[in-house]
Amino acid sequence: MNKPGLRESHLYDRNVIHEIQRAAEEGISDIRGWGAKRWMPHFDDLVFLGASMSRYPLEGYREKCATGVTLGTRFAKTPIEIKIPITIAGMSFGALSANAKEALGRGATAMGTSTTTGDGGMTPEERGHSEKLVYQYLPSRYGMNPDDLRKADAIEIVLGQGAKPGGGGMLLGQKISDRVAEMRTLPKGIDQRSACRHPDWTGPDDLAIKIEELREITDWEKPIYIKIGAARTYYDVKLAVKAGADVIVVDGMQGGTGATQDVFIEHVGIPTLAALRQAVEALQEMDMHRKVQLIVSGGIRSGADVAKALAMGADAVSIGTAALIALGCNSPKYQADYEKLGSSAGFFDDYQAGTDPAGISTQDPELAARLDPVAGGRKLANYLRVLTLETQTLARACGKSHVHNLEPEDLAALTIEAAAMAKIPLAGTNWIPGSASF
Amino acid sequence: MKIVDLAVSSVRELNAALHEARGDPSRWRVLTPGGAHAVAVGLNAPVTVEIEGHVGYYCAGMNQLATVVVEGNCGTGVAENMMSGLVHVKGNASQSAGATAHGGLLIIDGDASARCGISMKGVDIVVKGSVGHMSAFMGQAGNLVVCGNAGDALGDSIYEARLFVRGEVASLGADCVKKEMLPKHLEWLAAVLEKSGANAKPEEFTRYGSARNLYNFKVDHASSY
Repeated sequence: MNKPGLRESHLYDRNVIHEIQRAAEEGISDIRGWGAKRWMPHFDDLVFLGASMSRYPLEGYREKCATGVTLGTRFAKTPIEIKIPITIAGMSFGALSANAKEALGRGATAMGTSTTTGDGGMTPEERGHSEKLVYQYLPSRYGMNPDDLRKADAIEIVLGQGAKPGGGGMLLGQKISDRVAEMRTLPKGIDQRSACRHPDWTGPDDLAIKIEELREITDWEKPIYIKIGAARTYYDVKLAVKAGADVIVVDGMQGGTGATQDVFIEHVGIPTLAALRQAVEALQEMDMHRKVQLIVSGGIRSGADVAKALAMGADAVSIGTAALIALGCNSPKYQADYEKLGSSAGFFDDYQAGTDPAGISTQDPELAARLDPVAGGRKLANYLRVLTLETQTLARACGKSHVHNLEPEDLAALTIEAAAMAKIPLAGTNWIPGSASF
Repeated sequence: MKIVDLAVSSVRELNAALHEARGDPSRWRVLTPGGAHAVAVGLNAPVTVEIEGHVGYYCAGMNQLATVVVEGNCGTGVAENMMSGLVHVKGNASQSAGATAHGGLLIIDGDASARCGISMKGVDIVVKGSVGHMSAFMGQAGNLVVCGNAGDALGDSIYEARLFVRGEVASLGADCVKKEMLPKHLEWLAAVLEKSGANAKPEEFTRYGSARNLYNFKVDHASSY
């Protein structure tokens, strides 16, 4: 209702009022899935400077523009070779259904890339359908065992997540099925809290020893990733390199989650754009850029996002929320079901509830059966194919024969905020706020 | 018996040989460990490894099937995430002993520092001395037996792990309470104490475990954390 004369408060708009009233009624903070919904500077605020007089473009769709990436070249005997610069981020069985995990594995495998386990261990479904699987090593160590460690293609030590740097995981009781409870060695139906810090090491010096242990257990075969939630990224990346990482994964605050307090999602961390630039600077200062590979995640939606992340210095990107949308999350097909839950297609973020009509973020057998893992895998592969083609299109327009040849010089910023965060000149100028004169 | 001297060989060479061993030879003796980290980790065969001296972090980490005996002290995380087998520390252990371990038996003849049995998932731990603060934090399953005293916040945020302490407990953590000792507990304790060579009687212990009040988020419990 927007009658003339009715003036909505900017400070206390309808959403704020609704949240105050909900908090007063329920006495518990709002827990939800998805990632940050607030506006913040992002890759949309950058554009490519396509070739013209001073740059020579490549013919679209005809001339070769390679996309392969090798991850883990620093210490691991067996680095991972992926065919596209896009990987699937860690999402747990528990947060997601077994069918969803299988679909992610199928889609990633069809495109020659990797997928990642999550807080809850490795399921046979995802190992069986993922040609390249990264095994997460989390503070909770749910389901962690050396047999699965040896089966993995890489190990990702998780220090944090972009949606909640400094916070642990959460899986509410309605999603702790018999199988999830058994895998995590927990009673069925409890509200499970995952620890926010590792139980047997503290700080980067200890982490170096922990990495040494994991390498010894796996005979130095597996690449070891360190995943950090974007906060003090410049320092964290330097410490991760010193600790011995082969690959560093930086997850910006737009990164998704299965269940976290809204206040955490919206108010902790820094945007992907700022974190990526800090990470690249840290690696370059240590002469480790391209030697320790950098994967960035948090709000990657299109080939444009992929290309811009690579141009800023990432070796690859990782997608989570977008992959779930590709599987069918928030599909209009389930509009009636969303409405019954008080939501709507395009708005559904109650991953914590286990009532996902699309059968993805649920452990309910009937809902989970709605997702056909074969069809879901095909959709994800299609989506990854489009992302790759779009990335190549932009790279060719900038005259690059490999997507890794994209560089910051190919970019311009549309806003002062993005220029400052990404250290990319404002379009039409050579001005980077804080770095150079106008 | 195979003898490996870490003054001559590297930890990498030792672990690689142990990973290849698969039970033959079945007995190994490691000399001059010199506080090295990650000694005898990732074993997956019924071998016995005796270590003559002190070791650093994560000795016998993720152990499966093997028996590892440390004739000295251990650094952080001895037998972390052990799945099965036996790890016996004849000296003291630093923090996070037996962290997240799923199975097997960890015996510590001396004291264990803070966070002993943190996030334990099924292991049995017997400490003949005392344990430091936050031991069995978020303990999910298994048993922690402490023949001496326990530091502050024992069993904080505990799930289904069982704790038995003979001496004094400085304080209990959130949701950890004293529980009745039933005949089945006494019987189990008697067996594990004998197996561990601990000079203590089951009747001298008090059992602690989860009150299960914090298993689901309730606003009324906010002040408990």
